[in-house]
Amino acid sequence: MSRMPGRGGKPVGMGPGMPKSKNMGKTIKRLMGYILEYKTRLIFVLVCLLASSLAGVAGSMFLATLIDDYITPMIGSAVPDFAGLLKAVLTMAGIYVIGLVANWLSNLLVIKMEQGILKNVRDGMFSHMQTLPIKYFDTHAHGDIMSCYTNDTDTLRQLISQSIPQIFSSLVTIVTVFAAMLYTSWILTIFVLVSIFLMSFVTRTIGGKSAKYFVSQQENLGDVNGYIEEMIHGQKVVKVFCHEDKSKEQFDALNEKLCSSATNANIYANIFMPIMANLGHLQYVLIAVLGGFLAIKFDMLTLGAIASFLQLSKSFSMPINQVSQQISSIVVALAGAERIFELMDEKSETDEGYVTLVNAEYVDGELRETSKHTGLWAWKHPHGSGEITYTELKGDVYLNEVDFGYVEDKLVLHDVSIHAAPGKKIAFVGATGAGKTTITNLINRFYDIADGKVRYDGININKIKKNDLRRSLGIVLQDTHLFTGTVRENIRYGRLDATDEEVESAAKLASAHDFIMRLPNGYDTMIDASSGSLSQGQCQLLAIARAAVADPPVMILDEATSSIDTRTEAIVQRGMDALMKGRTVFVIAHRLSTIRNSDNIIVLEMGRIIERGSHEELIDQKGKYYQLYTGAFELE
Amino acid sequence: MLKRLAKSIREYKKESILSPLFVSLEVLMEVIIPLLMARLIDDGINANVGDGSLKFIAIYGAVLVVTTIVSLILGALAGKNAAKASAGFAKNLRHDLYYTVQNFSFTNIDRFSTASIVTRLTTDVTNVQHAYQMIVRIAFRSPVMLIFSLCAAFTINAKLALIFVGCVPVLGIGLYFIITRAHSIFERVFKTYDKLNNVVQENLRGIRVVKSFVREEHESEKFEGVSKNIYDDFSKAERILSFNAPLMQFCAYSCMILISWFGAKIIINSGGTTMETGELMSLLTYSMQVLMSLMMLSMIFVMITISRASAERIDEILCERSNIENPKSPVMEVKDGSISFRDVGFSYKEGSTLCLSDVDLEIKSGETIGIIGGTGSSKSTLVQLIPRLYDVTEGCVKVGGINVKDYDIKTLRDSVAMVLQKNVLFSGTVKENLRWGNENATDEEIEHACRLAQADGFVKEMEDGYDTHIEQGGTNVSGGQKQRLCIARALLKKPKILILDDSTSAVDTKTDSLIQKAFAEEIPNTTKLIIAQRISSVKNADRIIVMENGKINAVGTHEELLRTNDIYKEVYESQTEGSESDE
Repeated sequence: MSRMPGRGGKPVGMGPGMPKSKNMGKTIKRLMGYILEYKTRLIFVLVCLLASSLAGVAGSMFLATLIDDYITPMIGSAVPDFAGLLKAVLTMAGIYVIGLVANWLSNLLVIKMEQGILKNVRDGMFSHMQTLPIKYFDTHAHGDIMSCYTNDTDTLRQLISQSIPQIFSSLVTIVTVFAAMLYTSWILTIFVLVSIFLMSFVTRTIGGKSAKYFVSQQENLGDVNGYIEEMIHGQKVVKVFCHEDKSKEQFDALNEKLCSSATNANIYANIFMPIMANLGHLQYVLIAVLGGFLAIKFDMLTLGAIASFLQLSKSFSMPINQVSQQISSIVVALAGAERIFELMDEKSETDEGYVTLVNAEYVDGELRETSKHTGLWAWKHPHGSGEITYTELKGDVYLNEVDFGYVEDKLVLHDVSIHAAPGKKIAFVGATGAGKTTITNLINRFYDIADGKVRYDGININKIKKNDLRRSLGIVLQDTHLFTGTVRENIRYGRLDATDEEVESAAKLASAHDFIMRLPNGYDTMIDASSGSLSQGQCQLLAIARAAVADPPVMILDEATSSIDTRTEAIVQRGMDALMKGRTVFVIAHRLSTIRNSDNIIVLEMGRIIERGSHEELIDQKGKYYQLYTGAFELE
Repeated sequence: MLKRLAKSIREYKKESILSPLFVSLEVLMEVIIPLLMARLIDDGINANVGDGSLKFIAIYGAVLVVTTIVSLILGALAGKNAAKASAGFAKNLRHDLYYTVQNFSFTNIDRFSTASIVTRLTTDVTNVQHAYQMIVRIAFRSPVMLIFSLCAAFTINAKLALIFVGCVPVLGIGLYFIITRAHSIFERVFKTYDKLNNVVQENLRGIRVVKSFVREEHESEKFEGVSKNIYDDFSKAERILSFNAPLMQFCAYSCMILISWFGAKIIINSGGTTMETGELMSLLTYSMQVLMSLMMLSMIFVMITISRASAERIDEILCERSNIENPKSPVMEVKDGSISFRDVGFSYKEGSTLCLSDVDLEIKSGETIGIIGGTGSSKSTLVQLIPRLYDVTEGCVKVGGINVKDYDIKTLRDSVAMVLQKNVLFSGTVKENLRWGNENATDEEIEHACRLAQADGFVKEMEDGYDTHIEQGGTNVSGGQKQRLCIARALLKKPKILILDDSTSAVDTKTDSLIQKAFAEEIPNTTKLIIAQRISSVKNADRIIVMENGKINAVGTHEELLRTNDIYKEVYESQTEGSESDE
């Protein structure tokens, strides 16, 4: 996890293996869009940077004036007049003060811009992510998505707060210094240009080598870290099998490899700076020698000019180095920005639904919309003619000849027809991959069917607004996913306006109340995803309570009790039965004992319904269900 | 703490010392350069006595070129040694950590979570490696540069050098205030970052829950709240940091102005005898070097404080001593598979309530024992005491008539094979995984073990049979297949005691009973302890133990327990209810 910004090794300069942005122009344009939201601020920042760079250049030029106009002529005079010198020094001090303040202002102004842009990007990314279809989450590695929020936004921060201002001020410095150098001595300027050109060769050679070794260091580091992760996760098995020595041996081999590539990568990164710095010194010396030669032999330069030029040459090569260093971070940042934009460009879940769920009441035997919470719900169905009809929410679900595939051309459900009348319990049985969960994914429209129809209370579910559809469905999954927060907050997740009493009665319904009361702070005990303070079974009870507080007419229970031992399950089952009462329920369960009392059991194989009926009917058929039930087949 | 970490430097001591040495020499060269420059300008250019000056320039020029080249070589050598030292140090540190963890007992592993051990071995080591490299290179460079430059400045003109003495504390104190104030805020920012990441992670994992409860907006609000916190704190920290560059510039500019003014005055007043123009320029160079090195020093200070947290986390592991160690004169042979528990009590944390208590049990060699009980009834805890994965808190556990604490740990664990509840296959072929049980197992032995565990069939059906590659974590085999492979792996140890901790839960009942049958027929002399949820898995055991709340509730055969034990009866009924009539 990278949460510390800007640390860790980076290769110097550019080279192979750097992540390249695929569509740089477009990314930059889009990034500019974010930056331009702070247009006036940006202009101020740039003006300040300009002032500060110019002040720096003026400082280098000042030395020539100081030496040539004051020191050298005044050295001989018997009664030197310091008034002129004082004036010059004070002017310089004034320029410095301006530069200083400008620099500070630019730093200060860029903060709000940088942090504001980052916040906009972050928030935009997250709220967009919330609208993406489940398919996106199923097909993208979570680690990759996470790194958009961590690494990629971090490089973006560096881009805005460091790279862009630095490049701008470097460019200003380079241009003005170059002009100043030309003004001082064109011959020396040519010399500087040639030597910088030569130095860039060195930069590129070392940079290329460094990048190459850096890549292999990353690979070896990945190997070592991967090995550590696998072994530590299996550490208890390692111990049970006394496998410690073997595991140490393998680790050492990988570690040794990493050490050698890390040494090489770091050598090149480390020698880069001293080499560049000393080449700078060399250039400095050669300028002095050459300048001295020119001054004495041809009288082309004054001492002050040489002094100034020496300072200028330093101010010239420094920003050039900086720009070349920044270019690599810019490339990295742009690649990151591109990934962020990619996420933001992912297509949101489409929702053409227009049928909504409203509170309703019966007035004179007719269903009417009301703003009160009546416990009675109705589908509000506006028709093309402008007429609005209301249908009571009952929980009648009907799948008709449904085909579906997660990827095109590969159907996982074939011709599935199911009718769940209000209040009935429908169970799905079948091996992993038979399509049980897939069916429930279609009912709440996590995925959209390829062919066929799904009707809810007689309404095609494509016409129902997704949020309203999902609000009418409760779901308890095997993987419970509680959120960081108190027990109470987690149960209330089902219905945000539930009162404390409602939360508690839901917990009682799910037989979770007793263990909650035994927790150190009862309902206010914090649940922390990592602390693992609750057992898996307890988490499932909370998930059941969470669904209970939402009080939906249709429930989907996907392996909801699989992590609970059979005896506890018997207790939970009472809660579950209470929860299921009066609702349409879809159950997926591994343990057949939990679904025996279903109204309709549907046996799936390879995405097709092969048997259906009540428990007794299926046992009488002596088909697949019978075999499963008697333990002749394994459900895996 | 530092001493313990420093132990890992070992064979890289030479590089660790050479690197700062070369750095110091390089700095010396860099400090000499302005001095020589001053001579070149004053005696050469400024003197301007025609060819004589040119000769001066040529001589000083040549000396200077040599100096810079020497400095370049020294710098490169320092870099090279620093790279070797830091990479080597990291290697040794990783090695030491890994070895320490390998010697951890289960208690040690439980104390640190797996994830935290992994982070310490990966991210934290990398952080310390960077810090170490900084220390051997730059941490020496800056103070040395500071001292040398000051000395050189004093040799040129002590009065003017006093200006530095005035400037250095201003910059030093200023930086100190900025950094300490910003640092505490940054620490808070990092914590908030963790929170932000946590929200994202929870949403990624629980996206189905979020969507089914239609809580997208609720989550976005939560995220924006944390995001706003980062915005505020980060802005605050950066506002403090924004004084950094101006402060530096203030000092640099002040030095330049003051040196220019007083320097010019001294030169003019003395007619160029006390000080010369070239020396003035050198002083200006020194002023920059002094201030830059202070700046670097402050950066290093920040870096080191950041990596201090990592170093502390690493140290925690290095300090941790395994609480299970070999006895002085260990028993090297386990006689038979008998087990006895005497007044055994156990708690995972010292001083907390016992989660296992009053356990008295005698198990004969070759017996088959079933263990039944709800989640949290300490079934796993009970059996984990046998191969001494944990040490008892009270009482004693004996295997083959000898206290487990008296055995050589490896001998004991080789005789007691345990299939853990949370079992793991490692990336590698099926065969490689099975050979964990016995490195020298022949192909026949492997197949035999697999037949016993009812795994031979499906392994042979796999693409490459026993050479099929298993993905990390065993994701390409089903749960039931994984469990059977784990059982086969344990069988290859040819143990005297075999413990299955809920190891057939994903295996269908028919296969399960085939496994039980194979055990009874093929390894009758091995003591077998079977923990299970399903009554059918333990029904045929010689004796069944019913566990409840960390105590043995009842012991007996299936029939006895059905008659006398309520818990057992309840479990049995919950599993068989209605099905009897159908069968």
